[in-house]
Amino acid sequence: MTSNGGPLLEVKGISKYFGSVIALKDVSMFVRAGEVTCLLGDNGAGKSTLIKTLSGVYRADEGEYLFEGEPMDFRSPRDALERGIATVYQDLAMIPLLSIWRNFFLGSEPTKGWGPLRRYDVEYATATTRDELGKMGIDIRDPDQPVGTLSGGERQSVAIARAVHFGAKVLILDEPTASLGVKQAGVVLRYIVQAKQRGIGVIFISHNPHHAYPVGDHFVILRRGQVYGDFTRKELTLEGLVQMMAGGEELENLAHELERAAAGGTAAEDLRKAAALLEAETGRRDDREPPPGPAPRPSG
Amino acid sequence: MATETAHPPAVERDERVRRVRLVSRLLSRPELGAVVGLVVVWTFFAVVAFDNNFVSWSATAAILNRAAPLGILAVAVALLMIAGEFDLSIGSILGFCGMAIMLLVTPEAAGGFGWSLWPAILVALVLAVLTGLVNGWLVITTKLPSFIITLGTLFIFRGLTVAITRLRTNRTQLGNLDEVPGFDLAEKLFAAKLTLFGSTFNVSILWWVGLTLLATWVLLRTRQGNWIFGTGGAVDAARNVGVPVRAVKMALFVTTAFAGFLVATIQAVEFTGADTLRGQGQEFQAIIAAVVGGCLLTGGYGSAVGAAVGALIFGLVQQGIVITGIQGDWYQVFIGGVLVVAVILNNFVRLKAAARR
Repeated sequence: MTSNGGPLLEVKGISKYFGSVIALKDVSMFVRAGEVTCLLGDNGAGKSTLIKTLSGVYRADEGEYLFEGEPMDFRSPRDALERGIATVYQDLAMIPLLSIWRNFFLGSEPTKGWGPLRRYDVEYATATTRDELGKMGIDIRDPDQPVGTLSGGERQSVAIARAVHFGAKVLILDEPTASLGVKQAGVVLRYIVQAKQRGIGVIFISHNPHHAYPVGDHFVILRRGQVYGDFTRKELTLEGLVQMMAGGEELENLAHELERAAAGGTAAEDLRKAAALLEAETGRRDDREPPPGPAPRPSG
Repeated sequence: MATETAHPPAVERDERVRRVRLVSRLLSRPELGAVVGLVVVWTFFAVVAFDNNFVSWSATAAILNRAAPLGILAVAVALLMIAGEFDLSIGSILGFCGMAIMLLVTPEAAGGFGWSLWPAILVALVLAVLTGLVNGWLVITTKLPSFIITLGTLFIFRGLTVAITRLRTNRTQLGNLDEVPGFDLAEKLFAAKLTLFGSTFNVSILWWVGLTLLATWVLLRTRQGNWIFGTGGAVDAARNVGVPVRAVKMALFVTTAFAGFLVATIQAVEFTGADTLRGQGQEFQAIIAAVVGGCLLTGGYGSAVGAAVGALIFGLVQQGIVITGIQGDWYQVFIGGVLVVAVILNNFVRLKAAARR
C-alpha cells in the first residue's frame, strides 16, 4: 500500500466537446500507484466521456494527459493498453459462450511450436488462468466452463484478474458494481482492494457512494462535465459524499414530498417504502416517528 | 512450484468438478446433437431399407461420396458462422469457378480460351480468392448484415457466370474436360476412385475429412481459432482485447470462397465439365449442415466436426431415399424436418450446458 509520491496517471485541464455540447470542461484528476481513485457522478455528469478519454477511445480537445510523468497522446485503446492502462468495461468484458481460460487469454494467446505447427498452448493457458484467479482469491470450479455460467460479480472479477495478469499498471473499472447484488458487489470490491495492494493504480467509476467510500483513497466528484470536488478519504464522511453527489439535496426534498404524500391519507404503502428507501440512500439518520398511515394489509 | 500447500484443496475441488464433468462435457459439445441425429437417421434407414441392402459397404460408399462435396462447403461455412457471418454466395462461387475453368480450357473455336487445365485451375483459385475478398470487404466497409450482402453477391456471381458463358459460347454447359492437357494429374488429385471392400470411394472424401481435421485443429488449438470464437461471440469485446476482427472475417470469407473453388474443381474434373447452374442451393444446404452440426446462427459457437456430421446426414437422407425407393420429391420434406428438429435439440442442449453450475 505504498504510494511512491508522484501520480501514476494524471490529467490536467481536460476538455472534450461534441459539436456544441461541452462534455468535459477543465477536468483534472490523478491516481497514484497502490491507490484507488473513485470517480463519482450521476448520469450525464461526464463519467463515460472521461473514462473513454483516459482509456484512449477519445482524444481530449484541450488539456494534458500524463502517464508516469510523460505526456501521452493515445490514438486507440490498444496504445493505452500497451502502456499498461487497462479498462474493464461493464458489459463488454467477456464473451459468454467462451470458456474462462479462452476468455482470459483472448487476444493475447500463448503459443508454442514454430511455423505451421505454431499452436495455442492450451495447458499453459488453463493452468495460468487457474493460478491467476487463485491469486485473486477467486475459486473457479472448472476453467473450461463457459463464462456465461458465471455470476456477474465473478465475471467482473475474472476481467480484473486478466487485466492484472497482463501487467496493468492502471486499472480503469467502469461501474463494475452497477448491476450487481449486495453480496456480489462486495466480492468485486474485495478484488479492487487486492489489485490496489498489488501496487496497481485503480480508477473506480461508480454512481454509488456506498460502494466507493469503503475502497477509495480519494474521490473525484463530477457534475455537469466539471470537477465539483476532489477529496481524500480523511476529508470526507460517507454522508458528506452522498450529499455531494448530483441531486443530493433534490433527493432529500423528494423524500420529504413522498413522506407528506404518504401521511396525507393517500395510504400508498409503496410511496412510504420509496420514501424510506430514499432516506436510506441519502444517508439521513433521524429519530422521527414513522409516518402515520393505515396498517399494512397482508395481501395474497 | 508454490502449489505444494495448495494441493489438498485442489484435489478436493477436482472431485467436485468431476461429478458433473462426464455428462456436462458431453452435453457441452456442440456436435452432440448432430451425432445423435446421425444415429437416429441411420437407424431409421437401416430398419426401413434393410432388405434393400442399406447396411452395406456399397451403400456406405455412396453416402460418403454424396456427402463429401457438401461437407467441404459446410466446414468452411461453419467457420464463418462461428465468426458471426454468413456466406450465401458460396454456391454461386462454386458455379463461377467451375465455369471459369471450363471457359478457359474450351477451344477458341467454341468460344473458350484454349488453355491447358492447370493454369485454368490456378486462375479459378485467384478468382475465388477475389470473390471472397469482395464479400468480406463489402461486409466490413458497409457494416451491413452479411446475409444481405452475400444474398446480393449470390445473384451477382451467378448472373456473371450465366451471362459470360452465354456471351462467349452461347451455351450453358461445357464439357470434354478429359481431352484437355493436364487432366490426368487433376483426375488423380480431385477425382480418383479408391476401391475398398469391393466398393468405390471418391478421393473427395479424403479432402473432406482432411479439411474437417484442419478446421478443428485451427478452431481448438490455434490462437486464430480463439479469435474466430471471440469475433462471433462478442465482436466489441474481442476488438477491445486486441483481436483483429476485420482480418478474421476477411480470411474466413476467403476460406468459404476457397471451399467453393475446391468443390468446383472436384466436380468439374469428376463430371469432365460444368454447368452454369451448378452449386445452386448448396449455400442453404451448407448452412443447414452447419446448423445441424451445432453452429449458432448468432455466431460464437459451433464446430467443424459437427458441420461435417451435418453434411453426412444430408448424404444419408439422399441415399436412404434412393435406396428405399421413396419418391425423390420427399427428400426436401425430410431435410427440412431434420433441420427443425436439430435446431430445437441444439437449443435445448445449449441451454442445458449453459445452465450447469
